[in-house]
Amino acid sequence: MIAFWVLAPVMVIAALGILFVRKAVHAALLLAVVMISLAMLYAALEAPFLFAVQIIVYTGAIMMLFLFVLMLVGVDASDSVVETIRGQRVLAVMVGGIFAVLLGVIVGQAGIGTAVGLGAANEGGNIEGLAEVLFSQYVLAFEATAALLITAALGAMVLAHRERLVPRETQADRAAARVRAYGEHGDHLGPLAAPGVYARHNAVDTPALLPDGSPAEQSVPTVISNRGTGRPSPSYRDVDRVVGQLQSRRDDQDPATDTVVEGSGSAARGEDA
Amino acid sequence: MDDVTPFLVLSAILFSIGCVGVLTRRNAIVVFMCVELMLNASNLALVAFAKHHGNLEGQVAAFFVMVVAAAEVVVGLAIIMTIFRSRRSASVDDASLLKY
Repeated sequence: MIAFWVLAPVMVIAALGILFVRKAVHAALLLAVVMISLAMLYAALEAPFLFAVQIIVYTGAIMMLFLFVLMLVGVDASDSVVETIRGQRVLAVMVGGIFAVLLGVIVGQAGIGTAVGLGAANEGGNIEGLAEVLFSQYVLAFEATAALLITAALGAMVLAHRERLVPRETQADRAAARVRAYGEHGDHLGPLAAPGVYARHNAVDTPALLPDGSPAEQSVPTVISNRGTGRPSPSYRDVDRVVGQLQSRRDDQDPATDTVVEGSGSAARGEDA
Repeated sequence: MDDVTPFLVLSAILFSIGCVGVLTRRNAIVVFMCVELMLNASNLALVAFAKHHGNLEGQVAAFFVMVVAAAEVVVGLAIIMTIFRSRRSASVDDASLLKY
């Protein structure tokens, strides 16, 4: 019973957390906490086989499946805060609370008496006892689950399958498209410039500097610039500072260079004359 | 430990939390997790009753629930993936084409 009183608050808090956390990944981790605690309770309830199955199947397989789908769908596919039906959330919480109180009071008042305990049933071993029930009384249901699992596997494959509508783009196609773009629009034929390497940054989100000191936008991978992390990143601020410094230095030197150019020009002109 | 009532009360609480989660959350994957929570809560009640009656049939029923839940998760997540692929959203409110 100690296990129960330790684990029950953890489970209830974790389950309530699933309702309130913003990110789906956090909800998945909290659900894993609930499931592992539940496995402990199965052990306390004299069900060692279900203890193992709960950890292997639920926390091992099903939660990993959830996490994989979260990875594919996008971790930040978070809930919108806007209610589509007005007052639905409040009503749902109220109905859920009433349901919990009702169920709890009924179970608490039922007075089902002392438990028989599984000592006698587990005498020949819990797994042997389960196997005896499963393969004699419930053998038909067991066979049906085989069909169910095959159907589920087939269904998942059919749903996840995607027909290829256009032929696969080969490397030769990409090269031809590149040369065509060069011929039509004069696009750069070679590889793009590498991101900038500076004393403080050599990350891929830092653009390289062109000879005139302006950042080369194309040197940042499009994925990063599309994600919107390029501009506000600290490295970009450093780039802006470097550009500013170069600009100010050039402004300082500009009069001098101008006179030199003019002087040489006039000298050349003078020689011509 | 000769009374399984606390386990049943905990099971009821977890089931209710799962219910509220299904009704309030908008992300289809989190809704699915709440369904799993409800299934787990019912499993706890089944195992507790197995102990109460001194009979292994409750545990066998919980085992079957786990098998069905595994199959359900596989198909459900595949459906969510398919919807996400075509509509770019995992929100349960966005899949409302049948309404119009």
